[in-house]
Amino acid sequence: MTLDEIFVLIGGILLIALVVWYFWFSSSEGTRVQSGTGGLQEALIKVKGGYSPNIIVVEAGKPVRLNFLREETAACSEQVIFPDFGKQATLTPHKTIPVEFTPDAPGEYEFQCAMGMLQGKLIVE
Amino acid sequence: MVKDVVCGMEVNSPSPWQSIYQGKTFEFCSENCKTKFDENPEKYVARHQDSPATYQITTNGIEKIQLPIVDMHCASCATTIEKELRKLPGIKKAVVNGATENAYVEYERSEVSVSKIIDSIKKSGYRTGYAKLRLHISGMHCNSCVSQIEEELEGTSGILSASIDLGTEAALVKYIPSKVDYPALKNIIERMGYQVSEISREKDDASKAPTNTVQVATERDNSEPIDENEQARNREYKSLMWKFIFSAVISIPVMIFSYPDFLGLPEQFQRGTDLLYWIWFSMGVITLPVMFWAGSHFYTGAWAAFKNRSANMHTLIAVGITAAWLYSTIAVLFPEIFPTESLAEVFYDVTAVVVALVDLGLALEIKAKGRSSEAIKKLMGLQAKTARVVRNGKEIDIPVEEVVLDDIIVVRPGEKIPVDGEIVEGSSAIDESMITGESIPVEKYAGDEVIGATINKTGSFKFKATKIGKDTALSQIVQMVEEAQSSKPPIQRVVDKVSGYFVPAVIILAIASFVVWYLIGPAPALIYALVVAVTVLIIACPCALGLATPISLMVGVGKGAENGILIRSGEALETAQKLDAIVLDKTGTITEGKPSLTDIITVNDFTEDQVLSWSASVERASEHPLGEAIIRGAEDRSITLSDPKNFNAIPGHGVEAEVDGHKVLLGNIKMMYENQIDTGSLQDESATLADDGKTPMFVAVDGKSAGIVAVADTVKADSKEAIAQLKKMGLEVVMITGDNQRTANAIAKQVGVDRVMAEVLPEDKALNVQKLQNEGKRVAMVGDGINDAPALAQADIGLAIGTGTDVAIEASDITLIKGSLKGVVLAIQLSKATMRNIKQNLFGAFAYNTAGLPVAAGLLYPFFGILLSPLIAAAAMAFSSVTVVTNANRLRKFQPKFSKANK
Repeated sequence: MTLDEIFVLIGGILLIALVVWYFWFSSSEGTRVQSGTGGLQEALIKVKGGYSPNIIVVEAGKPVRLNFLREETAACSEQVIFPDFGKQATLTPHKTIPVEFTPDAPGEYEFQCAMGMLQGKLIVE
Repeated sequence: MVKDVVCGMEVNSPSPWQSIYQGKTFEFCSENCKTKFDENPEKYVARHQDSPATYQITTNGIEKIQLPIVDMHCASCATTIEKELRKLPGIKKAVVNGATENAYVEYERSEVSVSKIIDSIKKSGYRTGYAKLRLHISGMHCNSCVSQIEEELEGTSGILSASIDLGTEAALVKYIPSKVDYPALKNIIERMGYQVSEISREKDDASKAPTNTVQVATERDNSEPIDENEQARNREYKSLMWKFIFSAVISIPVMIFSYPDFLGLPEQFQRGTDLLYWIWFSMGVITLPVMFWAGSHFYTGAWAAFKNRSANMHTLIAVGITAAWLYSTIAVLFPEIFPTESLAEVFYDVTAVVVALVDLGLALEIKAKGRSSEAIKKLMGLQAKTARVVRNGKEIDIPVEEVVLDDIIVVRPGEKIPVDGEIVEGSSAIDESMITGESIPVEKYAGDEVIGATINKTGSFKFKATKIGKDTALSQIVQMVEEAQSSKPPIQRVVDKVSGYFVPAVIILAIASFVVWYLIGPAPALIYALVVAVTVLIIACPCALGLATPISLMVGVGKGAENGILIRSGEALETAQKLDAIVLDKTGTITEGKPSLTDIITVNDFTEDQVLSWSASVERASEHPLGEAIIRGAEDRSITLSDPKNFNAIPGHGVEAEVDGHKVLLGNIKMMYENQIDTGSLQDESATLADDGKTPMFVAVDGKSAGIVAVADTVKADSKEAIAQLKKMGLEVVMITGDNQRTANAIAKQVGVDRVMAEVLPEDKALNVQKLQNEGKRVAMVGDGINDAPALAQADIGLAIGTGTDVAIEASDITLIKGSLKGVVLAIQLSKATMRNIKQNLFGAFAYNTAGLPVAAGLLYPFFGILLSPLIAAAAMAFSSVTVVTNANRLRKFQPKFSKANK
């Protein structure tokens, strides 16, 4: 095995390890939502190729309003779906579209675009 | 403790005074309240549900208003406002509904004013919503005119403020839509001698307010974002098409000069020449805008996903095209770093062609997806824009949002019915196909329910609005369809698990193939390794995988709504297509649910008309449902009835009265015996009728037997056909009823049901469903949704047969708006078709990826020498998701097999 071959092999393995770690084993912090007047928990989520923030932490039993602001026209993100709450919203580009519901039970609930390419998580505590 | 719905008192449960209405038990504080309730239960039940207040001034000076509240976020806000309102004098009732964001207030006009109520809401920290209207008033010449009009307007109930600018001749009026409307305002001003024209009407709701000054009187808030989304989609489509054209145009020369030897270009363009070097150099430059303009969304998408520690299709494309471009550029600029000359190869064509093809694929996908969501758009578009209501004895046109409960609305032939209601005057044939899927117009008379968004065909009529805004059948249907479309069938959960790992796995595969090809691949190893890695990245299509289920679900659920079938969730859809048994409630499901006249038998030379005329005339004095059936039967034959005299009902026997001087007896055999009437052969006839599930009644006139009239709950016209179809689909059909075994068997025989569960008490229906389930069967239950609610909930799938405008039946998984059993067949067929479509899509997407990826990685190379070009991979990837959407759109053509067999 020549030097360059060894280099490619080790590089490849390292790269794979990096991919595995980055996408599957590292986790980002969620954004905790503060509750405002009357217990409403409100957060702004920007939509551009993904949801940012994409992990939102809320309290159970209190109403949640997530304001989605879609900053792109790519059709992929046109809809946001909360399958566990039976909620969906069509996001008009450059407009704030609210999605409202009250999560009753603690747990982790996914939300996503119509085809599941963009994903976010709602953690209810 | 329970609440007495009549007087509002708290009553200890169980109370000695109880009544059952619509399957619910109501308890009362006294006999008096119970009697009141029994006389008119609807009144109290409706009130019990806090029905919205009305535009009404009652005789005792109590006025009701409905005030929209802005910025209300929670249920606790509602109580805050209610408390504050109740502090005011003269408030009879204050209810704030958090869901509809409305306050319903009943108040004494002499003690409190609307403005005080609004102030009080403000005090509790909220604003009331109001509509703003800009009017153009001409004919004003002085400041005194201005103040005169202002005063007059502000003195009108329902107007919050009015300010007029003389310079621009414009008036800004803030008003409560349910209290006054534009014509009323116009009227006031015109009465004072000025001319009015409308400039714009806007709602005081910052997020929704249209700011333009065009005439928006008939514009709906809801329809506005739809159009905007449609526009956004069109813009995106156009922009993608332009990007495609741009990158396609660039791709052509780039491709030609990437393969000079292969295409046999003239000598001066061959490798090693200066000219080709410079051409390659410029190719590198012109592919930059392809990457960063035409392909910009790949980079933004990839970056956003990367930040969120996830990866998607954009990641794959972005990495692929960047790798190809970087390698080519290094080869052009620093060819000397490569050990052999043949390695200094360019792949600008990969970059340009991949961007072009994927852009094209995305554009086509947008177009196709627009068609998939047509059903719901069609539903939303059904809403009428205006209504012609009667106010103060005049007919005026108002926007449909301004219609309040109990408004009397006039509908002429050919017009759309604006909201749900009940006909109070006139009759007509109404085309309800857009809601129920029933193509034949339905005859409706006073007292019948009409559904908003349906079309009046022949006659004119007036109706009273009973459901408005979010409560109308149409709004509820739209909401239910949206909910169902956003739910996930269980099959999708598997896909979700896979797709979470999919993209990173593809990246890993690409890296691994690079390494393997580099180490053991043929020379030039670096080139092969790079091409293979890029091909792997490009060919993977997570989109097709992610799109497969939701897109079919969207089309399938939408198709159901078009046919009057509301599927509540993806789970319902998946269960509905793998059923073993189906339980049908008899009354109201298989049968019409109300008795009608079926047979008349005569003896002793009496004619059918005579017998029917006498018995119907007697029944005019009774209020028995069986009697009603006889009267209806007589009316259908245009028989004139007389008024009965000396009417007498004998419990357990029948009724007697004098009609046109004849003494008529109508009742059972016991009654005949007691009056010593010889029934002769009629007894046998009676037994035969009873065996058929009918209720026979003997008729005797002046002491002589005259015949038998029989009534029965008739079987719906298409029940038999539908049941036959269900059996053909391999389902065990079971009938459940509270009737006695004999009647039940008779009906079952008539419609072809093999298994009967008779004499089942309403509360035991759920238990019987469970029994079937214990046999290891997946059971569907079909019922009316009111009495059968527990059984519907117990069944694996509950199908509720809806009646009229009540569509959101809680216990049901599928609601059939049209009362026919054919809907059940259709629902199951549609579920099957949709699930089949989903499976096709998933199979296609999985097969494509599992076959495409190894081929792209070069698995076939050692055996057959086959290696995919990244260009082919790009084409395959771009069209795989288009294929999925197109396949889902095939569902739009779904035709129930049933109706075909019929035609």
